[in-house]
Amino acid sequence: MSTDNYSSATVADAGRAASGAASEPLLSATGVQMHFPIRRGLLRRTVGAVRAVDGVDFEVRPGETLGLVGESGCGKSTTGRLLTRLLEPTGGTVKFEGRDITHMKPGELRPLRRDIQMVFQDPQSSLNPRHTIGSIVGAPFEIQGIKSPNGTKRAVQDLLALVGLSPEHYNRYPHEFSGGQRQRIGIARALALKPKLVVADEPVSALDVSIQAQVVNLFEDLQAELGLAYVFIAHDLSVVRHISDRVAVMYLGKIVEIANRDDLYSSARHPYTQALLSAVPIPDPDRKGEEAKRERILLTGDVPSPINPPSGCRFRTRCWKAQEICSTQEPPLVQLTSGPRPTGADHKVACHFPD
Amino acid sequence: MSTISSPFEVGDARPSGSRPFLDVNDLHVHFSTEDGLVKSVDGISFQLERGQTLGIVGESGSGKSVTSLSLLGLHKKADRKGRGGARMTGEIWLDGEELVSADEAKLRALRGNKMAMIFQDPLSAMHPFYTVGDQLIEAYRVHHKVSKSEGRKRAIEMLDRVGIPQPNSRVDDYPHQFSGGMRQRAMIAMSLMCDPQLLIADEPTTALDVTVQAQILDLMRDLQREFNSALIIITHDLGVVAELADDIMVMYGGKAVEYGPAKTVFTAPEHPYTWGLLTSMPRLDRPVQDRLAPIPGNPPSMINVPSGCAFNPRCGFVAQNGGRCSGEVPELLQTTSSGRRHLVRCHLPVDVRQRTFNEEIRTLL
Repeated sequence: MSTDNYSSATVADAGRAASGAASEPLLSATGVQMHFPIRRGLLRRTVGAVRAVDGVDFEVRPGETLGLVGESGCGKSTTGRLLTRLLEPTGGTVKFEGRDITHMKPGELRPLRRDIQMVFQDPQSSLNPRHTIGSIVGAPFEIQGIKSPNGTKRAVQDLLALVGLSPEHYNRYPHEFSGGQRQRIGIARALALKPKLVVADEPVSALDVSIQAQVVNLFEDLQAELGLAYVFIAHDLSVVRHISDRVAVMYLGKIVEIANRDDLYSSARHPYTQALLSAVPIPDPDRKGEEAKRERILLTGDVPSPINPPSGCRFRTRCWKAQEICSTQEPPLVQLTSGPRPTGADHKVACHFPD
Repeated sequence: MSTISSPFEVGDARPSGSRPFLDVNDLHVHFSTEDGLVKSVDGISFQLERGQTLGIVGESGSGKSVTSLSLLGLHKKADRKGRGGARMTGEIWLDGEELVSADEAKLRALRGNKMAMIFQDPLSAMHPFYTVGDQLIEAYRVHHKVSKSEGRKRAIEMLDRVGIPQPNSRVDDYPHQFSGGMRQRAMIAMSLMCDPQLLIADEPTTALDVTVQAQILDLMRDLQREFNSALIIITHDLGVVAELADDIMVMYGGKAVEYGPAKTVFTAPEHPYTWGLLTSMPRLDRPVQDRLAPIPGNPPSMINVPSGCAFNPRCGFVAQNGGRCSGEVPELLQTTSSGRRHLVRCHLPVDVRQRTFNEEIRTLL
C-alpha cells in the first residue's frame, strides 16, 4: 500500500486535506426529515406518509467516525442517503462545509460528489456485473473529467493496491471476486477522488466473520492515511463500538441518544440504548442461559409503524419507564445538565426519565 | 476421515450398547457439478442426546447448512451415476433408526414429526398464499389423524405458547401480516406442532434485529427445556452459540476442525482457525482493541479445496510443521490434556498448540 502513488495519481488538489478548523463541522444535519408519501387511488392522491426520518440533528467532524446504529426500519439507511443527497430531504437542512446542500439540483451536486462518497451494503448488487473492475473504479475519474498525471489506468491500479487488491485485477469482472474482495472494490471506487466524507451503509454485515475484521481494519487504515471522516451505519453494536469515535442511536426516525463511544457504551442513559446493548449476545459460555437472561432487558412487542408513530416519545409503547408525560410531550435531544448525573457537552439524550 | 467414531469413547462413560439419541457417523455429502465434485460435507461425526444443544459454527461454504439438510433428508438424491443431486454416504442414527439408507416414505413420516427445522428466513419458508394457521394445521394433520378444528385448536395453542398476541385471531393472518420477529415465532410454532424430538435451527436469528434476537433465543431455550428436545443450532454468530450450545463443532471446508464442550472451545480452543474466529471479532465485554486480528485470505472454494489441511493457506503456523500441512490431511483427534472429549484436527503437536494458545492467543481474547 503506497500513499505516495495514490496522492500523485489523483488530482493534486492543494489544501483539500486537513481543511477547516477542528471546531468547524464537516457536515451538519439540522431537523432533517424524509417523509415518503403514500399515494392511493386513481389520482394518486397522497393519503399519508412513511416518516422514515423525522427530524434528526447531528454533525460530523473532519476525520472522525460517527457510528449510526438502530434496528431495521429506524431510518438509519435513509439518513445515510440523505447525507449523500441520493435522496432529497422533505424538511430540515443538510450543510456540507457550511454550504447548504439540502435542495441542490443534480448538476450543482456533481462537484460535491468528489467530497462525499458512499459504500453500500451488498457488494454483489452495487457493482455492475458487465463492467470490468477497471471501468468501475475508473468511472469517477471519467464522470468528473479528472486527468491523472500518469493516466486513469495507473490511478485505478494504485487504488486497487491501496485497498489490498492486486493491480492485475484491472481487467476482471465482479463475479470473479469473493464477497470481501468485492467490498474492497466498492471502497476503492468510493475513495477514487479522495473524498472528505464516506458514508458506509452496513459495509461489513454481508461478509463472513473472518473477512469482516479485514474490511474493518481497511477502513481504519484508510482513515489514518487519508484523513477521511466516516458515517458508519450498522446494526452490529460491537463493530460500531470498535470503529466509531462517536455513536448515534436511532429509533423510529429519531436520534434517541448521541455520545462519545466510551460514554455511550459504558453509561448509556436512554432506556432504548440500554435495552439494545443488553440484547447483544456475548460469546462467553459462562454467561449462558439464566444468567444472560437476568442481565438482559427484554423489550416486548415490535417497533411501531413509521406511518403512524406513537405520540410524544416514540419509544414509550415499549418502555418500562413510560409515564403520562411521555405520551403527550416529545422529549428533546439535549445534554443533561441537571439531575444526579449530568452529561458532558457531547452526550445528548432524548428522554423524560433518563437513567 | 475420522478414526474416532464417537467422542464418547474417549471421554464420557456411557452405558455400552446403547446409541446416543442422534448419532452421525462419518457423513459425506458430495455434489457432482459441471465444474467438478463438491465435497460439501466430508466425513463428519457427532452425537447428541435429548435435552442437549449442539452448535455448528462456520463460514459460508463450510458445509454447515448442507449437514442440517442432510439430517432431514432434504437433498435430492443423485442418480446411479452420481449425477444431478447429492451423494450421501455414512450413517445417521436417530433414536435407533438409520436415515441415510432410509426410503422417502420413512423420511416423510419422520420429517416434521420426530425431527423439524427452523429456517433462517421465515418469509421465504412460509407459503404466502396460505394463512399461518392453515400451514400450521397442515403440519399437524400430515402426521396425526385429527379433524381440522382439532388441528386449529393445536395451532392456536402453539401460537400462544411462542408468544403471539391474540392467537385466536392471528391464526387467520397471512405471513406478510406478521412482523419479522412474529414470523420467526410462527415458524417455531410450526416446527413444534408435532413435539419433535430433534429440532434443527439454521441461522434462526440472523435475519432479526438484536432485541428480537434476544427474545427468540430466550424462547428457544425455554421451549427446549419444556419439550426436552435435542437442538442443533447452526450459525456464524459466536455470541448466539455461546448462549445456547452445550457442545460446539467448528466446521471449515466441509470438515469438523474442532469439536468439544462449549466452554472448552471458547476458553481453551486449540485449532488455529478457532483462534482466528475468536480473535477477529470485536466484543462488547472486552476493552476496545486498537486493531482487530483478522484471518488473512478468503474461505476456500469448495470446488478447489486446498490439499492437506484446508485451512493451511490462511494459517499462521504452517511454517512450524514442514510440508505436512499442505501434504497430508490432519485427523480429528482427542487432545490428550483435557479430561473431557475435545477433538481437534491439526498437525501441530498438542503441547505446541497449548503453549501457543496460552502465550500468544489468550491475551487477544
